Amino acid sequence: MTSRIFFHIIVLCLIVTGLATLWARHNQTGIPLLPGDQTTVWLIEARVDFVAHGGTVTVTLDIPDDPPGFVILSEQTASPGYGFSVINENGNRRGEWTIRNAEGPQTLYYKVEVAPQTIPRQKRDDPPPQLFDVYWNEPEALAANQLLAAAHSMSSTPESMTRELIKLLAEPSANQNAALLLAETPLVPLLVKLLNYARIPTRIVAGLYLEDGRRNQQLREMIEVYTNGGWVLFNPVTGYQGIPENFFLWNLEGQSLLDVSGGESSQTRFAMLQRSISTIQLAQETMKDSGFALLGVHKLPVEEQNLLRILLLLPVGALVLVFMRIIVGVKTSGTFMPILIALSFLQTTLLPGLVSFIAIVSFGLLLRGYLSNLNLLLVARISTIVVIVVFIVIFFSLFGYQLGFNTGMTVTFFPIIIIAWTIERMSILWEDEGPWEVFVQGAGSLLVAVLAYLLMQWRVTQHLTFHFPEINLIVVALIMLMGNYTGYRLFELRRFSSLRRISRS
Amino acid sequence: MTRFIGLGQLRKLGILGMNRRNIEFIARYNPRSLYPLVDDKLKTKVLARKYGIPVPELYFSMREQHRVRDLAGLLENLEGFAVKPARGSGGKGILIIKESGPNAYIKSSGAAITLNDLKRHVSNILGGLYSLAGTPDAAIVEELIHCDDIFADYSWEGVPDIRIIVFQGYPVMAMLRLTTRVSDGKANLHQGAVGVGLDISDGKIINAVQYSRPIERHPDTNKAFDLVRVPGWREILRLASCCYEMTGLGYIGADIVLDKKRGPVLLELNARPGLNIQLANGGGLVPRLRVVEDLKKKHAAPEDRVRFAVETFWRMRPCGNES
Repeated sequence: MTSRIFFHIIVLCLIVTGLATLWARHNQTGIPLLPGDQTTVWLIEARVDFVAHGGTVTVTLDIPDDPPGFVILSEQTASPGYGFSVINENGNRRGEWTIRNAEGPQTLYYKVEVAPQTIPRQKRDDPPPQLFDVYWNEPEALAANQLLAAAHSMSSTPESMTRELIKLLAEPSANQNAALLLAETPLVPLLVKLLNYARIPTRIVAGLYLEDGRRNQQLREMIEVYTNGGWVLFNPVTGYQGIPENFFLWNLEGQSLLDVSGGESSQTRFAMLQRSISTIQLAQETMKDSGFALLGVHKLPVEEQNLLRILLLLPVGALVLVFMRIIVGVKTSGTFMPILIALSFLQTTLLPGLVSFIAIVSFGLLLRGYLSNLNLLLVARISTIVVIVVFIVIFFSLFGYQLGFNTGMTVTFFPIIIIAWTIERMSILWEDEGPWEVFVQGAGSLLVAVLAYLLMQWRVTQHLTFHFPEINLIVVALIMLMGNYTGYRLFELRRFSSLRRISRS
Repeated sequence: MTRFIGLGQLRKLGILGMNRRNIEFIARYNPRSLYPLVDDKLKTKVLARKYGIPVPELYFSMREQHRVRDLAGLLENLEGFAVKPARGSGGKGILIIKESGPNAYIKSSGAAITLNDLKRHVSNILGGLYSLAGTPDAAIVEELIHCDDIFADYSWEGVPDIRIIVFQGYPVMAMLRLTTRVSDGKANLHQGAVGVGLDISDGKIINAVQYSRPIERHPDTNKAFDLVRVPGWREILRLASCCYEMTGLGYIGADIVLDKKRGPVLLELNARPGLNIQLANGGGLVPRLRVVEDLKKKHAAPEDRVRFAVETFWRMRPCGNES
């Protein structure tokens, strides 16, 4: 019995520690316990990679000045050994890193925290732009003139003219002039060239679509047209006018994004993370430096934060799984498969995830049926299935992409190895116990996965696990408690239901 | 009709649930290190012989793929035999050959298979197709059990076996498992075999269930479950009880068959016996297990344990089944 007492003391300690830490963190840092009254804040990280030649290096990166629709809260750089300063070139800010001696691969970080602006701002009072002269060769000039004439005849204002032009260029197959011009110049520069030629001041801008948890993003190029004393943004592909929601304009003046001297193979990638901050915390953000801030996850680079966010959600998934298996008695195929599926649902979202998961597994089962005739040894068989699953996943992504679903690509988030094992287990189960058992276990797994997903993507759960990682101490205590549950499972009430008549008599 | 039983009723009946079985009985009384003794039929067989417990006679076993070639020679003089994976579970991979002709082997269902079919089956067993974790396995070829006449009308194609739960050497509950057409000759309850609860004190039939539902007659032979009382009951219980000394496992299910000539024979042991036996008996295991657990002084000899079980559990039979 002493082991019992010991066990309960451990569980109690875990819960008390968890709650106490949670409370202390809440009090000290002012992070609210619930994701209520909050402002969304975007943390955008530009990561510059290049290979230094082994001498002096100067890197300048164009950084946001006054992005429309957003306020800059704070800026940070991480670049060991480098000197950093912000220089101002005619109102355009650039970050400049310098070092006397550097060799080999280098990585520089620039982080900016921005909050969406709720009050719409007045038009930016930029100086009226200069048109630049455009030179075409003869066939191009002819094509450009015809194209512009077509767009002009169908429009009344510079904006509508731009839209018509984008429409014409979007279908090069229907328009020989468009095809000819596009063969010489890429779409965005061509648009700028054409509009300037038509005496409409136009420039290239670049920005980012803010999506939570994205990594390895590139800037998207857009065009801005100057009209009525202000700049109007256009999507060069769709012709959409105005700034899209959650579009963050990084580079306004059409300047180069990155200049590296003393290095090569440079590239810039962007990562972004959405963070909820209470209104109070927003004010404290810059000055707080308590012990919790050091221990918290917020100090990490954005990429690592994203990984941690998912990692910190795992225990919650495990909790659901343990509950469903021990208390309810649901059968799942493979112990932890449902959690991993739930994690990939977080990337694919529920419905597309469910559909593609069922499709992949059924398709895999079909092919596995043929494999069983070949009498392969287990390891070879599983490996074959892994390869088959890879093909199926690629097939589905390409298929989805062709059909125009952006979600098509997200099926690559499915854990391939786990799916391969699932297919193998289900196929054996099918042979041994028949399709009904496969259905029962498959449905059980998906049920647990969906429940885990629903809990993990719930705002409150995400908020608590990410901002208060100590909550997982409580989760583990609950899991341990359930591991000691010797009572009946919910499904056993049904399993033994035929005994009712005996207990009556 | 609702399809659920109340918590209170389950408790009153003393039904053992999966969680309690795992934590309070299997984890507590079955040391992991002893599992291989029962998971590997070959080891069980060797051990049983040492303890004088009758088991089906082993003709030969093989572990290497290249020996499959010699199969024809090894089987030459055998009339009927059973091929089993040493570490199979749930009756998977068991092939019963009741007659061997010059060019064909006749299965218990009457279908004929060729030597090549047989070789492939053995090769699959060696490759681990039927073993628990898919690991390479040994194939066992052993004596065929001839079903005792008393069960002849109660089974379809297979041999009925008696499952006895043995807790710390005391037989606590018993069930007769009858094969059916839907269970494909296998004695697995969830595959559709019929479970017949047996009175632990005298081997009389209490109650029969298929798919958890009570039935009156065998679904294939249509024979009513009225008369049977398993013969030689005390001896069967003694045999099951001896398995405790043999394995050292505190909570096991012993599967015993009645052979026409040899009488009770131990077929295999299970360290994680299922819970369906309670459905067949119409009563729970918990009260009986607690009686044994609370015994101050356990009986040393199997005979004494059997006597104790018979006397004690006779009084604990589920109510409503006295007649």
